[in-house]
Amino acid sequence: MDKQVAQTMTKFLLNDQNVSVHPRVGERLSHTLREALGQRDVKIGCDAGDCGACTVLIDGAPVCACLTATHQAAGRHVETLGGMIQTDVDALRLAESFQDHGAAQCGICTPGMMVSAVALLRQTPAPSSDQVKDALGGVLCRCTGYRKIIDAVVTANASPPSEQHDGTVGSPIRRLDGVNKVNGSETFGDDVAPADALVLRVIRSPFARAGFTFGDIAQWQAQTPGIEAVLTPADIAGKNLFGVIPAFADQPVFAESETRFRGEAVAAVVGQADAMVDFDVTSFPVKWSELPSVQSVTEAQSKNAPQLHPGRDNNLMCAGFVKQGDAEQALASADVWVEGRFQTGFVEHAYIEPEAGYAEVINGRVEVHACTQAPVMDLDALEIILGIDRKDIRIVPTGVGGGFGSKLDLSVQPYLALAALKTGKPVRITYSRTESMQSTTKRHPSDILLKIGATHDGRITGFDFSGDFNTGAYASWGPTVSNRVPVHASGPYRIPNYRAEARAIHTHNPPSGAFRGFGVPQSAIAQESLFDELADKLGIDRLEFRLLNALEDNMPTVCGQVFEQGVGIKACLEALRPAWNRERRAVRAFNKVVTVHKRGVGIAAGWYGCGNTSLPNPSTIKAGIRCDGTLVLHQGAMDIGQGANTVISQVFATALGISVHQLQLVGADTDVTPDAGKTSASRQTYVSGNAARLSGEAMRADILKRVNASATAKLEIGEGVIRVTDGASEHIIELGALPQDDEGYVLRSQETYDPPTKPLDENGQGVPYAQFGYTAQLVVVEVDTALGTVTPIKFVAAHDVGKAINPMLVEGQVQGGIAQGLGMALMEEYIPGRTENLHDYLIPTMGDIPPIETLIIEVPDAHGPYGAKGLGEHVLIPTAPAILNAIKDATGARLTQVPATPARVRAAIKDLTHGN
Amino acid sequence: MDYFAPTSLNDALALMASENLKIIAGGTDFFPTRAPAPLQQSLLDVTRIDELAGFGWTDDGLRIGAAVRWSDIAKADLPTCFAGLQAAAREVGSVQIQNSGTIVGNICNASPAADGMPPLLTLGAEVELAGPTGTRRLPVEDFVTGVRQIQLEPGELVTGVLIPRLPAHSCAAFEKLGSRKYLVISITMVAVVIGCDAAGRIDFARVAVGACSPVAKRLIALEEALIGQNPRQLMISDQHLAPLSPISDIRADAAYRIEAVAEQITRAIHKAADTDG
Repeated sequence: MDKQVAQTMTKFLLNDQNVSVHPRVGERLSHTLREALGQRDVKIGCDAGDCGACTVLIDGAPVCACLTATHQAAGRHVETLGGMIQTDVDALRLAESFQDHGAAQCGICTPGMMVSAVALLRQTPAPSSDQVKDALGGVLCRCTGYRKIIDAVVTANASPPSEQHDGTVGSPIRRLDGVNKVNGSETFGDDVAPADALVLRVIRSPFARAGFTFGDIAQWQAQTPGIEAVLTPADIAGKNLFGVIPAFADQPVFAESETRFRGEAVAAVVGQADAMVDFDVTSFPVKWSELPSVQSVTEAQSKNAPQLHPGRDNNLMCAGFVKQGDAEQALASADVWVEGRFQTGFVEHAYIEPEAGYAEVINGRVEVHACTQAPVMDLDALEIILGIDRKDIRIVPTGVGGGFGSKLDLSVQPYLALAALKTGKPVRITYSRTESMQSTTKRHPSDILLKIGATHDGRITGFDFSGDFNTGAYASWGPTVSNRVPVHASGPYRIPNYRAEARAIHTHNPPSGAFRGFGVPQSAIAQESLFDELADKLGIDRLEFRLLNALEDNMPTVCGQVFEQGVGIKACLEALRPAWNRERRAVRAFNKVVTVHKRGVGIAAGWYGCGNTSLPNPSTIKAGIRCDGTLVLHQGAMDIGQGANTVISQVFATALGISVHQLQLVGADTDVTPDAGKTSASRQTYVSGNAARLSGEAMRADILKRVNASATAKLEIGEGVIRVTDGASEHIIELGALPQDDEGYVLRSQETYDPPTKPLDENGQGVPYAQFGYTAQLVVVEVDTALGTVTPIKFVAAHDVGKAINPMLVEGQVQGGIAQGLGMALMEEYIPGRTENLHDYLIPTMGDIPPIETLIIEVPDAHGPYGAKGLGEHVLIPTAPAILNAIKDATGARLTQVPATPARVRAAIKDLTHGN
Repeated sequence: MDYFAPTSLNDALALMASENLKIIAGGTDFFPTRAPAPLQQSLLDVTRIDELAGFGWTDDGLRIGAAVRWSDIAKADLPTCFAGLQAAAREVGSVQIQNSGTIVGNICNASPAADGMPPLLTLGAEVELAGPTGTRRLPVEDFVTGVRQIQLEPGELVTGVLIPRLPAHSCAAFEKLGSRKYLVISITMVAVVIGCDAAGRIDFARVAVGACSPVAKRLIALEEALIGQNPRQLMISDQHLAPLSPISDIRADAAYRIEAVAEQITRAIHKAADTDG
């Protein structure tokens, strides 16, 4: 270290304590606070002032710590959430209000939100929602849709004390894991590494496709201070290969000889933290030669296109297909038909927490601590890559600062595990924002042709769907997208003659993978847009047209699946009717008097099958009672902000018949918690929820049997005893008298649930899912017809969740999903090499999300725990088409490509008016 | 490498004379563009220099020190002709950015989409420079000459920005167009300062457009044409917009930008006229 610098001491007040540090020249305050001062409540999301997660107060004013040189803090007072939460009355009130409102989901943005809110409340104790937006607008949130945060701040000083619920299914209790999210102590991927951990950096391709050769790595390493190891394919003892779907596994940990997308890894460097902090990846000895690449599906399928993978001719990875009746014939004889082409681009998950974690070797076993949606799948993949026995691998998930599908795939895990094994020391990494955006999965771009026909009286007769999905360089979840889309492309409607094909095509782009909805949000844009066109052509009200064709119990889906119960789409659509009529009238009145700004109402519906498509996806939930009466729930359903820790606990507690607050949660550590499957496919409430119900019921049955009590007996678990009250008789079970197993449990239960499905035949006919969830959303937008800007004014969202286990969390999912759907509709498009940061890639801010009214519909499902259905993905499926339909309603212009940027909207309006 | 944070201008200039230094103020442009690699230059933090602090009225008009942040301007009590600059101050990035970033830093970063440039152009702002050979002033449009290009001589430092007094009856407005509400880089933006005579006719006009040329531009021909017009009945021709040369990029295409700017100018003039008197 530079001697002169070492002598420079920077002193400041940190949360009312004097501190002194020796920052490097140009060191960011965020880095100093976290690494030198242990203030890990300060979160880093972008290092560019784009996300606000690192907001701290300097002399009372909110600033981004990542844009502040530590030297500039000299003599100032720096306040962070971790300090404020000790004594600051505003912070303490906000912490309660945030929990009461469900304003923290994953929690990664919460410190930035709360610090900004404290600064506001100190000046303005009773702020308006507009004041809240202006004060907190610089902090991005990807989970909540912001409305609950606004509510929490507006009412921070007015909140009545929260009601105490016992957590029975149906009660809107606070998140059980919420306290740590609002006090800054939740530990995410970058918060857990030991202080002496080495730091890893990945060497990545600067080109979409490139050949490369390494120089003299050994010499480079010897000449570069602080470097402890370099990882290349030579360090992989197992296979240099991974993929979430084993039959399609095609992605190397490190590319060999040729890279297939910009940002693909070829090597990794591990060094001392001091040496790595300003490590310049371009100093690594690798020579690149750019090769011709294909970016679009059209290019990839052109005659002389380079083929990305052997055996996948024409770059076609796979295709999904569903056929029922004769679509061609039905369309030929339809009274009325419409057709259209619809296009969408890459969408980035943009969780505020970049991928991060650390690994170390303990007693000969490698332990990986990282953010993930699928700990057991991580273990499966590492077993193959590392070439070691799976019993020697442990995955310990950290808090997950947002996932939305992308953290199902491996990211940092193999590099960390390889590095820990090679160096024998703990090794950490946190992706930079750019690295995260370049290298992790995206939503598939789509190019869809759709034709729909109907009879004069409005019955849909034929439907022909053909979609190309840009699946990027590697398989990831592309096969799932191509299978899910044809099953769902009909929407929740009865369509007797149906043909749908979806193809996944490779290009030299980041792998397209799982993103909330697995391709269905894209197909819904085409289908729900054309439904409006068809209704208009038929002269039928758009809502009534949907109701006329909506699925009902005992009607076959396009896969020939017949549900005898639980089909809730009509209930959703009918729930919107009052708002539909009211808002349509209001818009007509508005448009009569206002000229440049035009309002419109849009409606769209959706459905989504919960769980894997025709494949097993079991969940196991385990619980145990210790002799002192401690009740432990091994809850392996990853909570990535959506609330599984709370929902699964509520289900278990209800089944057992005790208060949820008695549960002690153990998380999804692969050493101690059984596999509850991945957090995807809207499956946790339904599948893991059922496992929790079964586990709770089994434990209850065990307890009742021991004292011969009836099914209605009341349980109380006290210190060392269980009291069973059965009518007039009372029984006591002395837990200390029972034998303990090797985990220290005297009573235990472990149950597994797997949804009953059946395979699809060559025409996609079968039983793909045991249940679907249903939704219909309405939006009012205002279009500035001169500038093409679109401002959503309000949403009304009806969601059939079967049974709302926790209504507050249901609302949180709905609002967050709508925010992502709005982003997809109006502003989000990832362009490799161009929008690899959060100021060129735009996601909605607090000022972009209007009020959202959630109508919870409960059409119980016989398979769901207490009737519950999945919800996580349903929430954004109708949003984008509803917005596009509203733009059409307002202006007459039909947008067929998202995002509907101001320029595109204005161009569509001009097309309509011949250039004016 | 060193971090210098002098408190006097003389000390700062002496340091600059002795070493090639990178200047840092709010850090809102310095850090996002900093590649992960060792620094090649020592840093000169100008935010503690006495002569660069604060803003106030001088014989020549309003002087805004180079260390003055956007939020200082947003909160200040200033004449109506500053309404555009103050509106821009409230729309730069976010509260966090406004609390760190400086007006002078926004000029020196020389981005085509710098929010401060159009209002400063309409205010006739000049940058105030200090260097080894003394001080000088340059109109903002002569100081920023291209994308990331400013006319700073070796050893020179921008010490502030000077805004001459404008006619007392002049009013201003700022229109920013982006794809979202906060934290947004402008697709286009327009600033105007206008004054109207007793009959309601425009008798003073400045119009500047950002994000439609390498450096934000005043539309002199339009300004001249506006004189004598009723602000409610404007005629903006293609010729008036001819100095602009927008590009097509991810945010919008060039044709859209030109069209949007014409609309924004009209709206900004209406807004300014509505606040008149």
